[in-house]
Amino acid sequence: MTQLFEYAPAPESRSIVDIRPSYGLFVDGEFTDGTGAPLKTVNPATEEVLSEVATGSDEDVDRAVRAARRAYARVWGPMRPADRGKYLFRIARLLQERAREFAVLETLDNGKPIRESRDVDVPLAAAHFFYHAGWADKLEHAGLGPAPRPLGVAGQVIPWNFPLLMLAWKVAPALAAGNTVVLKPAETTPLTALLFAEVCRQADLPPGVVNIVPGAGATGRAVISHPDVDKVAFTGSTEVGRSIARAVAGTSKRLTLELGGKAANIVFDDAPVDQAVEGIVRGIFFNQGHVCCAGSRLLVQESVHDDVVAALQRRIGTLRVGDPMDKNTDLGAINSAEQLSRIRELTAFGETEGATCWQPEGELPGRGWWFKPTVFTDVSPAHRIARDEVFGPVLSVMTFRTPDEAVAKANNTTYGLSAGIWSEKGSRILSVTSKLRAGVVWANTFNEFDPTSPFGGYKQSGYGREGGRQGLAAYLEASH
Amino acid sequence: MSDRLTVRKTYKLYLGGAFPRSESGRTYEVRDAKGHFLANAAWASRKDARDAVVAARGAFATWSAATAYNRGQVLYRVAEVMEGRAAQFVEEVAAGEGISSSKARAEVDAAIDRWVWYAGWTDKLAAVLGSTNPVAGPYFGFSLPEPTGVVAVLAPQRSSLLGLVSVLAPVLAGGNTAVVVSSRDRPLPAITLGEVLATSDLPAGVVALLTGDAAEIGPWLAEHADVDAIDLAGAPAPLAMELERSAAGTVKRVLRAPAEEPDWTADPGLSRLRPFLETKSVWHPMGV
Repeated sequence: MTQLFEYAPAPESRSIVDIRPSYGLFVDGEFTDGTGAPLKTVNPATEEVLSEVATGSDEDVDRAVRAARRAYARVWGPMRPADRGKYLFRIARLLQERAREFAVLETLDNGKPIRESRDVDVPLAAAHFFYHAGWADKLEHAGLGPAPRPLGVAGQVIPWNFPLLMLAWKVAPALAAGNTVVLKPAETTPLTALLFAEVCRQADLPPGVVNIVPGAGATGRAVISHPDVDKVAFTGSTEVGRSIARAVAGTSKRLTLELGGKAANIVFDDAPVDQAVEGIVRGIFFNQGHVCCAGSRLLVQESVHDDVVAALQRRIGTLRVGDPMDKNTDLGAINSAEQLSRIRELTAFGETEGATCWQPEGELPGRGWWFKPTVFTDVSPAHRIARDEVFGPVLSVMTFRTPDEAVAKANNTTYGLSAGIWSEKGSRILSVTSKLRAGVVWANTFNEFDPTSPFGGYKQSGYGREGGRQGLAAYLEASH
Repeated sequence: MSDRLTVRKTYKLYLGGAFPRSESGRTYEVRDAKGHFLANAAWASRKDARDAVVAARGAFATWSAATAYNRGQVLYRVAEVMEGRAAQFVEEVAAGEGISSSKARAEVDAAIDRWVWYAGWTDKLAAVLGSTNPVAGPYFGFSLPEPTGVVAVLAPQRSSLLGLVSVLAPVLAGGNTAVVVSSRDRPLPAITLGEVLATSDLPAGVVALLTGDAAEIGPWLAEHADVDAIDLAGAPAPLAMELERSAAGTVKRVLRAPAEEPDWTADPGLSRLRPFLETKSVWHPMGV
């Protein structure tokens, strides 16, 4: 391996963000005490406790739902749609104004590289509010009839991998459609949601329209099972998604689920190798692989397998793993000790089941939770690393000979969230795209997101879409 | 009146494009609204349901890949053949539902018209539900609706033809394949519909019509890993909740039933098309 020039450290300053020693719940426009056991949120890169955060008990959740119901009935529901839109525009602008603060806080709480929180998470979150703001007074054009109606109170439970962005994906369409929300951020990443609560206050958003109740699984269960919640939206694991679908069965609650994935990234022999390698790296190592649509199964046409794997290993050797606050860092910290142990457990299966494990040279930091970018070759479709979602920087490489075999292998999963194709041949791209059972297909690119582009899964990756005109259907009752 | 002795029909299942008896060998008596014997219908078993799922999965690749125009023509053909058999449908609906021939005729007419309406939807769905996505970057992005897959349909219990057509046609129009459990007490129009489907260029396996009890077969379909969605139209409330819970195990799309069987003459809009369609979003870079 060629020796690279060393980079000087380029740390982002954390002084821009003022983390309070403790946070309450955000209910009815106020920060209030929670009666659940407080949780400590930790910087996964240093294991330093960042803050102590109140959590919501059943009673707190009930209080939040009642506040949301009041706001829905008295303020947000009756409000002129254009005014609802203006509040959302305000929020979008406030997120842009405070973007640096949000990016730093996200990286501290989540462990993702500052480059990603700065360039992806926060700008996209603002874009989601800006996009949906415009919908608020145009809902009659959304294809849901001449007078679609909001559903009422939405109970929303989001994951830790894109804390602020997932909040935006949930809150922006809900509010634009005229609903009010009770949102539970993830147990390990509550801080940007609580900073968002301050943004709601700065925007003068009426009290109760957005309520934020941190907590763990029990708080989430209280939110989704509250009888006065009309709509449940969840992003997270397929296992929890199933239990939520069971919990809302037999009720009139509407449900959308955005669950796990095991995406195939298919490289044909005519693909430009260097571009494909960049896409493979982005597909699996973006956000440490903590991405439900990560391209975790690389399917390479047999004739180019060795070239692609060699180029990939060379490229991975240049990735920088370490301090998430450093602007040169490519892979940050694993979000929690629990997630790290799951990644270790599944990768151990990879080796015992007979796949070949490769990791680049290099030292990992001594403190914090880390995992090297990892490539498994000699993987068979029956291996657990080819079937189970690792949710970490672990790539499984398999081969195929014909387009039909590529499609069959790509679809050989219970998931169906995303897929990638690399080829210079347009007709092949379109043909394979039409046969892939996945909700998002990236051709000659990977892991692109936009508020105008509906996102969501086929099969056991969930149902419902987020983003685009299609995403509004999750928060509206059609009027035809 | 002729004194000719009529040739009666044996009512069997419609499964994989053929008309087998239930593998279980079971039948049950079907009676008209006044309690008179009409026929012995096949009483479908869980094995029949599993066979139907295998056939429906096998047919999915062909049916979902057919052009929208072709699907529309096949579905329109179904309406044409229904029209030719209208008298038989009228007789079965009148006897089973205990309504007059003229009322039954109106039901049959509405069912045929409903089928024509859905036949015309196949090549409009992409335009109405799809989009091009003006993403903020050098990419061409579009989204299009695609069929969910194999859909289990528990047909309405009361409306034996119009209700059945109203739940089945939208599933097919979207490009899905269907495993249908008919009304338990009024199953005869379903089997006659099977005879229509068998002679309408619909590929074998695209539809299975199983006569029997939704409470017996429904649970097997709700938990079947190769069923992608379930329509609970014909499931009474306690059963519906149990099936919805069971369907959660494989993250099936569930179309819930209203508390009361609806008025099937009402305009359905997209309400029965949308639940069985997925949205696929595609990205490709733009550049030279």
